[in-house]
Amino acid sequence: MAETQIYEGAPEAEFRDYVALLKPRVMSLVVFTAFVGLFVAPVDVHPFIAFCAVLFIALGGGASGALNMWYDADIDAVMKRTQSRPIPAGRVQGNEALAVGLTLSGFAVMMLGLAANWFAAGFLAFTIFFYAVVYTMWLKRWTPQNIVIGGAAGAFPPMIGWACATGGISIESLLMFAVIFFWTPPHFWALALFMKEDYHKAGVPMLTVTHGRAATRRHIFAYTLVLAPFSIWLGLTSIGGPIYLAVSVVLNLLFIMGGWNVLRRDEDVAVADGYAVERRVFKLSLYYLFLHFMALLVQHWAGAW
Amino acid sequence: MPMRTEHELHGRRRSRNVGLGLVLIGFVALVFGLTVVKVRQGDLMEAFDHQPRISETPLTPAQPEEAAE
Repeated sequence: MAETQIYEGAPEAEFRDYVALLKPRVMSLVVFTAFVGLFVAPVDVHPFIAFCAVLFIALGGGASGALNMWYDADIDAVMKRTQSRPIPAGRVQGNEALAVGLTLSGFAVMMLGLAANWFAAGFLAFTIFFYAVVYTMWLKRWTPQNIVIGGAAGAFPPMIGWACATGGISIESLLMFAVIFFWTPPHFWALALFMKEDYHKAGVPMLTVTHGRAATRRHIFAYTLVLAPFSIWLGLTSIGGPIYLAVSVVLNLLFIMGGWNVLRRDEDVAVADGYAVERRVFKLSLYYLFLHFMALLVQHWAGAW
Repeated sequence: MPMRTEHELHGRRRSRNVGLGLVLIGFVALVFGLTVVKVRQGDLMEAFDHQPRISETPLTPAQPEEAAE
């Protein structure tokens, strides 16, 4: 008797596998910072249009995540943290992810143009290009500075939000960009110190692999120093104020102290206590960004300078 | 073996169909909402269609009437 065993272990995906392609956790950061950028801008936007604009910015970010997963499927299959992503796990075909990414990119850009303005839409298109092509295809596998420049892609959303309201760029939106841009390297390198991933096997030149852990510690501390003036400068612009400045000064002091502690530690000491300080600095970096943008919201509500 | 046994695969396929359906319905609602808001804000209801029409000229405050010819 002929036995037909079709679809055995077939890669038939669930809906949530396609949602996972959009990197929902990264998207939450995009939603928050884009919303703040749009909300604190000096131009009033109808709430529904603001909602749509943030949604399409998030969708564009998600689409670039899908393009990233399509291109990086070979790396994802090697590293433990990413092995369960839809493509390496075999639930979604690579070309499906490419199609989802391209289609959603097109929709997100066109709809943002119709909902807000075409400057913001062009900016979103550039961000998708920057993340999917400049970061994923080019920098990530080529230079240990990959996350420094790639961090720009994550820093654009508040600028796009600002552009949705005002139709342009200004010093405030550039400084919001700078805060995320200079925050990204210490954030990711702190993670890289204690998440001993096999970047080497995957062929990704992370700073911890190429220049060693001591150099990474120096870089973390240096970036916390560079970051501080930009965060505080943002407090002196039209969207800043006493509340934001107070929050920013405290957080920057804590972050610089954290960077200093990371710098002073020896690798053996760090291994001995399970990277406790590095983990604390990583956690602090999450609060750092969230509280800065939260402070901008509160300051806007309380009235800026 | 009953004919209507459902394979686990059908559940996954349904989740895709229902998910896509909800996304499409949501998109229609979104475009409708955007249209209502944009028209209420005084945006133009027609785009340029290769020849000028009075209905796609910007709204202007009432102008003084010109003398009839």
